[in-house]
Amino acid sequence: MDLTATTTVRRPVSEVYTFWRRLENLPTFMEHLDEVRTTGEKTSTWVASAPFDRKVEWEAVLTEDVANERIGWRSAEEADVPNQGTVSFVLAPDGVSTEVHVHLVYDIGAGKLGKAVAKYFGEEPHQQLDDDLRRLKQVLEAGEVVRSDGAPWGKRARKEFPQRPAQPLTAEERREVLGV
Amino acid sequence: MRANCWAGRNEVEVRDVPDPAILNNRDAIVRITSTAICGSDLHLLDGYVPTMQDGDIMGHEFMGEVVEVGTGVDPARVRVGDRVVVPFPIACGACGACAAQLYSCCENSNPNAGIAEKMFGHPLAGMFGYAHLTGGFAGGQAQYARVPFADVGPLKIESELTDEQVLFLSDILPTGYMGAEMCDIQPGDVVAVWGAGPVGQFAMDSARVLGAASVIAIDKEPYRLRMAEEAGHIPVNFEEVDVRSRLLELSGGRGPDKCIDAVGLEATHGSAHIHAFDRVKQAVRSETDRPHALRQAIVSCRSGGIVSVIGVYGGMVDKFPAGAWMNRSLTLRTGQCHVQRYMTPLLRRIERGELDPTRIITHRLSLEEAPRGYDIFKNKQEDCEKVVLTP
Repeated sequence: MDLTATTTVRRPVSEVYTFWRRLENLPTFMEHLDEVRTTGEKTSTWVASAPFDRKVEWEAVLTEDVANERIGWRSAEEADVPNQGTVSFVLAPDGVSTEVHVHLVYDIGAGKLGKAVAKYFGEEPHQQLDDDLRRLKQVLEAGEVVRSDGAPWGKRARKEFPQRPAQPLTAEERREVLGV
Repeated sequence: MRANCWAGRNEVEVRDVPDPAILNNRDAIVRITSTAICGSDLHLLDGYVPTMQDGDIMGHEFMGEVVEVGTGVDPARVRVGDRVVVPFPIACGACGACAAQLYSCCENSNPNAGIAEKMFGHPLAGMFGYAHLTGGFAGGQAQYARVPFADVGPLKIESELTDEQVLFLSDILPTGYMGAEMCDIQPGDVVAVWGAGPVGQFAMDSARVLGAASVIAIDKEPYRLRMAEEAGHIPVNFEEVDVRSRLLELSGGRGPDKCIDAVGLEATHGSAHIHAFDRVKQAVRSETDRPHALRQAIVSCRSGGIVSVIGVYGGMVDKFPAGAWMNRSLTLRTGQCHVQRYMTPLLRRIERGELDPTRIITHRLSLEEAPRGYDIFKNKQEDCEKVVLTP
């Protein structure tokens, strides 16, 4: 599966690049990612939520790192769902914003997990990546992922409609949503 | 707290709901002192704007006192104890749209941007109490409201002006003003406004303030036309006269230089069969909006004129007079109001006495009476023009 998505973030290229390059930041806006830990100069461990409450963990290797231009990575050989990605950062025509171009490739095999992953992405796999980039923009421009009463889940906002009613959360719902 | 909730098509109900709390660190909680029912709330009431859910708190025109702020709110902009008017579009202040002062197109404030994008091609900003399409934010017909990006939108009121004098800075005064501003009014212009509801009345007043030579009010409710006439505008009742002929008479045969549609998607029409055509199409959902006012504005406007649309549309229309629009060099301008852009300049105009927003208030009710307020406003009973609610 081959996905591309683009957004424009009204922040300098160096800031957007630096944010992405600190891979620990990726889970703040990528819905399926729970955690990324840098383990070496070019290596990192990625933890994602998989369907049916499973956790999937894989090692990734940085394949390219051109400061303020491009970052590339791919999963190490033993990954359950081999994947690779590149992100490039381009100064937008307005001279102040950064265009973020993402290209992801998932090698979804015929195995059980592959099927589950395909199902997880659903009929509109682009939607998830588009939403991830929308949240990247929110984090960089507005400080954090925006919550409403109807959609209070932050980055776990895939539930589109029907949602919660647009009225304040109970204390219990708030604890669940905010984790405090 | 108590809040006025959507309870299904044509039904609202004041219910007990949880008190709001901070969800994002740039939020504030506002204790509401005054709130109002907007004409666009009626589109929600009727179910013409999709993605309403049972229990959604209504209301996007409100003001009050800040009682709590999140850790990320800039104290130079807003603090606990401040008296604020809250603009209906929620805007982050930092994206490309906000940088261009297109606050109602904010790229970050709508958590349901994906839904809006599917319907409209690109997303809309978050808005208070205006369906899940615009984010699913609880509205302001309540005792309290959570206000995101509190350091961007809310306007501090530091003078002695009453709530009623400043409440409408939240939506309808800026909306009416933007309708007139988009007309690029020149000295000598004749401006016609379709719809003498609250937004239409403010569009008329704004057109005059911006230099129009004469302003025409088109509606069918005698009490609304009377209200416009008392404010110095020329009334035209579309049930009594042929609008096009009357407009030609009032503009030396040229047609109005500028036309403002302050009606939107639930228009009614002097011609019964055309109204029936649209009403049936709308009822079977093959057309979502009834665009009589827009059609008539386009056909009536003089060649080279500007048609400014501030009435709300939600979807698709049939029989759009593209030929008149194209061949006669008309300019069509529109937008949900970028309220933040207009609040301070309009506050100054209120302070200087150039605009009196209180002139349209006909009903003052308690929050508990909100369902009755919706009923009389929708059915145009008791000469209802504008309902202000006190929680």
